Amino acid sequence: MHQVEIATTQETLLDSPEMVLNMGPQHPSTHGVLRVILRLDGETVIDLDCDIGYLHRGMEKIAENRMYTMIAPYWDRLDYIAAVSNGLVWVETVEQVMGLVVPPRAHYLRTILTELNRIASHLLWLATHALDIGAITVLLWALREREEILKIFERQFGARLTCHAWRVGGLPNDAYDDFDKDVRQFTRIFPMRLDEYETVLSENRIWLSRTVGIGVISGPEAIAIGLSGPALRGSGVAWDIRKSRPYAAYADLDFDVPLGENGDTYDRYLVRLEEMRQSRRIIDQALDKLPDGPVVAKLPKIVKPPVGDYYHSIEGPKGEIGCYLVSDGSAQPYRVRVRPPSFINLQALRQMCVGHLVADVVAIIGTLDIVLGEIDR
Amino acid sequence: MLLLAPVNLLNDLLLKFFGAETVNHVVWPLIQIGLVVSLVAFWVAYATYLERKISAFMQARLGPMRVGPYGLLQPIADGLKLLVKEDFIPEKADRWIFFFAPYIAVASAFIVFSVVPFGPDWATISDVNIGLLLVLAVSSVGVLALILAGWSSNSKYALLGGLRSSAQMVSYEVAMGLSLIGALMFARTLSLSGIIGAQGSDSIWYVAYQPVGFLLFLISGIAENNRAPFDLPEAESELVAGFHTEYSGMRWSLFFMAEYAAMVVVSAVATTVYLGGWYFPFVYRLDLAGYHNLFVIVSLLVFLVKLSLILYFYFWLRWTLPRFRYDQLMDIGWKWLIPSALINIVLTALAVFVVQALDGWNGINTIEAMNRGLNLTATGKVIMIAFGLIGLVVTGMLLSRINWRSHDFNLKTQRRNIRLVNLPKGKPAVPVN
Repeated sequence: MHQVEIATTQETLLDSPEMVLNMGPQHPSTHGVLRVILRLDGETVIDLDCDIGYLHRGMEKIAENRMYTMIAPYWDRLDYIAAVSNGLVWVETVEQVMGLVVPPRAHYLRTILTELNRIASHLLWLATHALDIGAITVLLWALREREEILKIFERQFGARLTCHAWRVGGLPNDAYDDFDKDVRQFTRIFPMRLDEYETVLSENRIWLSRTVGIGVISGPEAIAIGLSGPALRGSGVAWDIRKSRPYAAYADLDFDVPLGENGDTYDRYLVRLEEMRQSRRIIDQALDKLPDGPVVAKLPKIVKPPVGDYYHSIEGPKGEIGCYLVSDGSAQPYRVRVRPPSFINLQALRQMCVGHLVADVVAIIGTLDIVLGEIDR
Repeated sequence: MLLLAPVNLLNDLLLKFFGAETVNHVVWPLIQIGLVVSLVAFWVAYATYLERKISAFMQARLGPMRVGPYGLLQPIADGLKLLVKEDFIPEKADRWIFFFAPYIAVASAFIVFSVVPFGPDWATISDVNIGLLLVLAVSSVGVLALILAGWSSNSKYALLGGLRSSAQMVSYEVAMGLSLIGALMFARTLSLSGIIGAQGSDSIWYVAYQPVGFLLFLISGIAENNRAPFDLPEAESELVAGFHTEYSGMRWSLFFMAEYAAMVVVSAVATTVYLGGWYFPFVYRLDLAGYHNLFVIVSLLVFLVKLSLILYFYFWLRWTLPRFRYDQLMDIGWKWLIPSALINIVLTALAVFVVQALDGWNGINTIEAMNRGLNLTATGKVIMIAFGLIGLVVTGMLLSRINWRSHDFNLKTQRRNIRLVNLPKGKPAVPVN
């Protein structure tokens, strides 16, 4: 990464108009343990550098010493806000490598639950993003709705955050009895709640002045950096893996992809809000079409994929989360590499921030929607 | 009066020990000061409780519930906790300045209460003839504490917080002072009791004459107190805690108390100058003979209710609005508030002039009396209120004209709606290899 020169002695500090500010790793709004080294002129950011790795657990290396089915829970702990989506990447990769035919009911349930997780993740993003910009009440409102989703997860998977939702070949068990009722209840209430957030934020002058024209990144720049997810679509690039390479049941479902125009923080905000609405649409359709049948495919005793390298990715809430898997034919992978959306989206931080003020850095970190568990792995 | 029996008893007792002169001019004022300071401290503590409760109800939760019934003892528990907490001074901090900054903050906030007219007669500690000037002067000393705290902490966040607060308070001080001048043209006095008296003798609240001034004062009052949406000096998501990042324990809570006390002061001034002070709405001649003390107590309550409403308005704003950015804050101060305050002064002067000029004409009698303040007849009031409303419109128009080129003014036209596209579906995913 780009290096920031740090003035260390008293003389250099006093001589230059610049100041180096360490934002993080313990800072209220660096979303975990991100350390941003800012070089400031007054409050204007001249330069910045990210220091990451405070949460490194060596997940990719651990995966080399585990059986294929045992790796799934580690994926939950990458982006712990969207554990259900993350888990899906791994099991789908292994399923495709093994050529397993997953029953359609499992596909539909996966779609419903990952979309619920997308909403939960976006809600947490909205909560923290609004908090960073100073709107505290939105935080608690958004967490209230997220709680409803987490309750559904708890009943379905037995856990709220790191669910270990999937097994290779399908789901560990079928949807619980009131699943349909609970989810429909949620999708009925949710649009009203979204409108509530919009009344507080979307037309609010302060919100507009804090987000419009902040952290602008154009479409070509976004592609060059490798942005994905809402951060890319906010810049107007039409790219959604649910559409271009449909997985789970997305091929059967009808939904739109929201695209921004300016590529600023406000566009990304609108895109994410609209994505939540589309997610709700997907969930409703999938519930209507939910087929009967088994939820798990027949699996060999030991999963031993053929030799080769494989890549599979899905559209996670933060962007394209992918798995590059090298198999040597044994029961353990030779190499697992995660394509982490947060990590790659974070690369845009410097480009977005330089020239803005300290307060905007916070807003931009918020709009990138990073999770350090995934950046550091 | 049964109510005053213990007071008279105490007075007699005091007279046995001190001369009448000492009792009237030293002992009783000291008792008053002690009462007010302890009441204000108590009130500030419960203002935090109220804020927590109000924010909780706005955010679909309960707020403090554990300590005492409905969490009513929470502020006391908090105070105790803060008292016994370690008072930490960073090694590289400038010890003495770091030590004294919170006291400056809390002193400047509390001194102002000496002139706040909570009610008529004995409910006002002292009626200084330059009361309003004293309020403005002393409350602006508070900024010194913030700068000193920010500087002496030897922390970059604290330094940035201190710098922000100094810039902010200096620029909003101007707007605040200017916004009051309009009302002073009617009151013709700087004494706070005098201003209330002038409103009483004119039978009107000055908010009717001065809608622009009132709004400006409220806005710049929020900024002056570093409250959301102008809470930049302590913006927790940017500067951790701003100027008091390095403070802990009781010293931190002194800053906290100073903030709440300053908020109460601004609300009190707004009530005094614009909302008729202790006068009951629409009733201006209530002082019945024989029930004087009751009248004072009722007036005191009326004052507190009005003050609390403004306080509630501040809480409400804090939990609803996002925070401004530093440059936007300066923009609002210098490009909006100060020009509006200046325009308001000119328009008010014009209005007063017009009323005075009309008074000489046949058939139009606008001025009733000009003793304590400017007392207008019904015609004069209508003209004055009309001028106030015209002032609102004119100020708004002029300022939009001044600012229409600025980035922030045209936000709504700059924003684009997102578009929804139904992308074509690709082939289902397949492995690379």
